[in-house]
Amino acid sequence: MAHEHKLEIFRGLVKFKSNIQKIWGVLIFLTIVTAVEVVLGILKPEFLTKTSFLGMKLLNWIFIILTLVKAYYIAWDFMHLRDEKSSLRRAIVWTPIFLVSYLVFILLFEATYIYEVFKNGFFAWDF
Amino acid sequence: MDTTVTTGNEENVWGGGNRPLGASYGKLMMWFFIVSDALTFSGFLASYGFSRFKFIETWPIADEVFTHVPFFHGNYPMIYVAFMTFVLIMSSVTMVLAVDAGHKMKQKAVVWYMFLTIIGGAIFVGSQAWEWATFIKGDYGAIETKGGRLLQFVQADTGERAAITSFAAALTEDRVQDTRDKGVWYTDEAALTTVSLNEVIEGFKADPNILIRTETINEEGEKTLLNREQSLGRLKDAVRVVEGANLVRNEYGSRLFADFFFFITGFHGFHVFSGVVINVIIFFNVILGTYEKRGHYEMVEKVGLYWHFVDLVWVFVFTFFYLV
Repeated sequence: MAHEHKLEIFRGLVKFKSNIQKIWGVLIFLTIVTAVEVVLGILKPEFLTKTSFLGMKLLNWIFIILTLVKAYYIAWDFMHLRDEKSSLRRAIVWTPIFLVSYLVFILLFEATYIYEVFKNGFFAWDF
Repeated sequence: MDTTVTTGNEENVWGGGNRPLGASYGKLMMWFFIVSDALTFSGFLASYGFSRFKFIETWPIADEVFTHVPFFHGNYPMIYVAFMTFVLIMSSVTMVLAVDAGHKMKQKAVVWYMFLTIIGGAIFVGSQAWEWATFIKGDYGAIETKGGRLLQFVQADTGERAAITSFAAALTEDRVQDTRDKGVWYTDEAALTTVSLNEVIEGFKADPNILIRTETINEEGEKTLLNREQSLGRLKDAVRVVEGANLVRNEYGSRLFADFFFFITGFHGFHVFSGVVINVIIFFNVILGTYEKRGHYEMVEKVGLYWHFVDLVWVFVFTFFYLV
């Protein structure tokens, strides 16, 4: 309960004087990230929607990466994972990451296959 | 104490009575719950991805579905959801501040921050209810074809969406809602739509400024617009008017889209609601001085973990429903 708070974020680039200051700092960072997401979502710059990487638009990759960045700071600073023992942190974080990436991989792979069947099979779907 | 003692709690991790992870029982159990709940939500979102990838070419575009802001007319995609996201993050911040004040045993500050957290949660749940109501009500209406495809209408000159009520012809028809006490006993239909299928078709034929757009997304990432002849051709397959959304069909496009929207945002909204209820209980406990007597505010920290988790899930729901 009374353990010390680690007050550095961005790998020590920004160091806060108190825990309260760190909370507000993280809020500002999360707000900026959300604002960037919303602006990109409204503008949809063409060079990001036209290029695709690993079968998905670059814009969507940016959204997903920014989401993971937000998730990291919520978990690390709001949920105080930064102050927990590394063994607890790893148990909490790596278990879902492993299971979810496996699930997402098999489901999206299967869905792409079904999409191909719908598209190229001898059934009419659009009537 | 002598260093030769080997049964001491400090030295034998497996001897029991100590905390190898440095966290109390209650916090660990909350983390167990959060991890399993995170996997549940991941399962939902992954199955949403599954359905979306199956129908990647015809999935509705979120920017065109969620365009409303309360008290304002016009087209403001994403603005309101962004506001909701900010409200939830903000209430997360007041929650951490409550936890921080609890560490310092400042009862008054904890009360105040818990109160703000509850208000934030209530605003969020209210916004979500409004969002649902708008989604269920719908705004433009659409036509469904024999094959279950949806046809939406667009004004040819401005390129803006056209509501079916704006161009439908007024026909003198005798429309009766099919209920189980009339006709065949096992068939019935939902409430009659504001305009009938015939009225939409006749109105469409009379107004050359209206075009049909299909669900298919073209290379520009927009829905395919048909020309006048193609539109008239597609209209022959029309079977019913669709207004708003329910679990069977919706005017936005793929049926699974509305189903997942209701299910995932509903499940998340339920989490926020129960979070608010738990926060209210803790709020009164803080006022009564329960944790002051106990000597620590760990309970605030534990509900705080849950509350941040709800925020964390929303970050993902926001991305996968509204952005991607």
